[in-house]
Amino acid sequence: MTEIFGVPTQALMGQLMIGLVNGSFYAMLSLGLAVIFGMLNVVNFAHGAFYMMGAFFSWMLLNYFGVNYWWSLLLAPVGVALVGIVIEKTMLRWLYQLDHLYGLLLTFGIALIIEGIFRDQYGVSGQPYDLPEIFKGAFDLGFMMLPKYRAWVVVACLSVCLATWFVIERTRLGSYLRAGTENPKLAQAFGINVPLMVTLTYAFGVGLAGLAGVLAAPVYQVSPLMGSNIIIVVFAVVVIGGMGSILGAILTGLALGLIEGLTKVFYPEASATVVFVIMAIVLLIRPAGLFGREK
Amino acid sequence: MSNRSKVLYIVLLLGALAAPFIGYPIFLMKVLCFALFACAFNLLIGFTGLLSFGHAMFFGGAAYLCAYAAKTWGFTPELAVLFGTVGAAILGYFVGWLAVRRQGIYFAMVSLALSQMIYFICVQAPFTGAEDGLQNVPRGKLFGLFSLADDTTMYYFVLAVFIFGFWLIYRTIHSPFGQVLKSIRENEPRALSLGYDVDKYKLVAFVISAGLAGMAGALKSLSLGLATLTDVSWQMSGEVVLMTLLGGMGTILGPVLGATSIIAMQNYLSSFGSWVTIIMGATFVVCVLAFRRGIVGEIAHRLKK
Repeated sequence: MTEIFGVPTQALMGQLMIGLVNGSFYAMLSLGLAVIFGMLNVVNFAHGAFYMMGAFFSWMLLNYFGVNYWWSLLLAPVGVALVGIVIEKTMLRWLYQLDHLYGLLLTFGIALIIEGIFRDQYGVSGQPYDLPEIFKGAFDLGFMMLPKYRAWVVVACLSVCLATWFVIERTRLGSYLRAGTENPKLAQAFGINVPLMVTLTYAFGVGLAGLAGVLAAPVYQVSPLMGSNIIIVVFAVVVIGGMGSILGAILTGLALGLIEGLTKVFYPEASATVVFVIMAIVLLIRPAGLFGREK
Repeated sequence: MSNRSKVLYIVLLLGALAAPFIGYPIFLMKVLCFALFACAFNLLIGFTGLLSFGHAMFFGGAAYLCAYAAKTWGFTPELAVLFGTVGAAILGYFVGWLAVRRQGIYFAMVSLALSQMIYFICVQAPFTGAEDGLQNVPRGKLFGLFSLADDTTMYYFVLAVFIFGFWLIYRTIHSPFGQVLKSIRENEPRALSLGYDVDKYKLVAFVISAGLAGMAGALKSLSLGLATLTDVSWQMSGEVVLMTLLGGMGTILGPVLGATSIIAMQNYLSSFGSWVTIIMGATFVVCVLAFRRGIVGEIAHRLKK
């Protein structure tokens, strides 16, 4: 068996693949956070809760209504986005004129409520989500076995991320969005319905989180705690990358997932803390983040 | 200090002295520990404008240090608390040194992330007892002389330390140093242009706050006899934010009142399980949307009118 630095290639590749899967989720979540922050000036602490909600919606659709995975991919994120719209319309919109801290505190409260409700209903133990038949098994690439579902997750996440980048940077809708981010008053004066854009942005951002949740459901156990576990890591990712750039958020997310995977191979004890250590180092060298601009 | 507030403080002091004859000392000690924790946190959010979302690392870290020192090395209670406080202040220096590089919302995220790192270290470290935490921490003898095993005696020890911590915060806020902190909260670029080294002031405030939060955690581990992972978790960081927000950010007595309300609520609702989390979340939402001054802030505002 071939080895790299004393580690069997199979194990190394396997961990890298898991890292890439995690990295795809980090990328998708930090992308959503960045888009929301750009438009609403709110750091959405509830992002992890929406990710968890997406996973649970998909689990509920399958187990209560027999709706299959493919429909879940569409329905669960839409459901999450609808919840997001209600929250934006009834609560978040009153805070835009205030200090950013209030947005963080409000969404923290919302995260507690959502997590509490699901914990009350389903306890803290995870619910398994069965893989769809088509994803069972693995591709044999010769030097490693590539589980089909993991390959699909990475491909799907990256496609969604790139599509988001394309829409925001290259289309008319995206240009409205960027105009609204840059100067809401002027954009409004030119006839763009800014409050509508804001609502849709929030819905889209949390919908992305919901979609990530659906994709994550078969990989991890569907558990009420899955959101709060990931959101803090995603915050660290956002601090490392800076929230200014969409591609930056995607790249940082993927890179940190890979680094986490590598750490699991070479120094497992540090795998839970490595992202935070990297954050500390980045703060020392480039306080504004790798892709950020100092305001 | 005006005459009216002097009277208020004397009444509160008398109330605190009489309290163990009316209520449960254990509950009262818990309230005092969290009140000190919230006051320490308020020094940052209320008087410097820094939202630290990771204060549990100082509270819980010091709880572990104090419990370990008292249990394994047989430190006397005052030394164990001092050990936890100093440990938390040193940790606060390093965390603050990193975190003041970013402002506003990023500051909150950095402190939260670093606190999560401390959490994972506590999960893995050999001396924290992992999931079980450190239990049956002995209270020991104060100065090696007076046994604190009795709950009422322990209560007066906790009260004495609380008053010291509260006094320190009061003095800090009303000192020239505190005035500079307030100016940073109000307008940071202006404070900078007036020649104040803003980052240094923030760092000192952060270290004081971290040290006092540690003192609260150390006291808590002695009076309740245990230090666990809950003390360092992000939920704990959230709780102290809620206590301060509910009581009134930037008021001196607000955090005390907020801590009392939240601890009382947790006590009475503890049988409802997840509903405690839901109610705390709802309190957050209501406070942020409709009640940003907090209880004490609202009273002060009404009195002014």
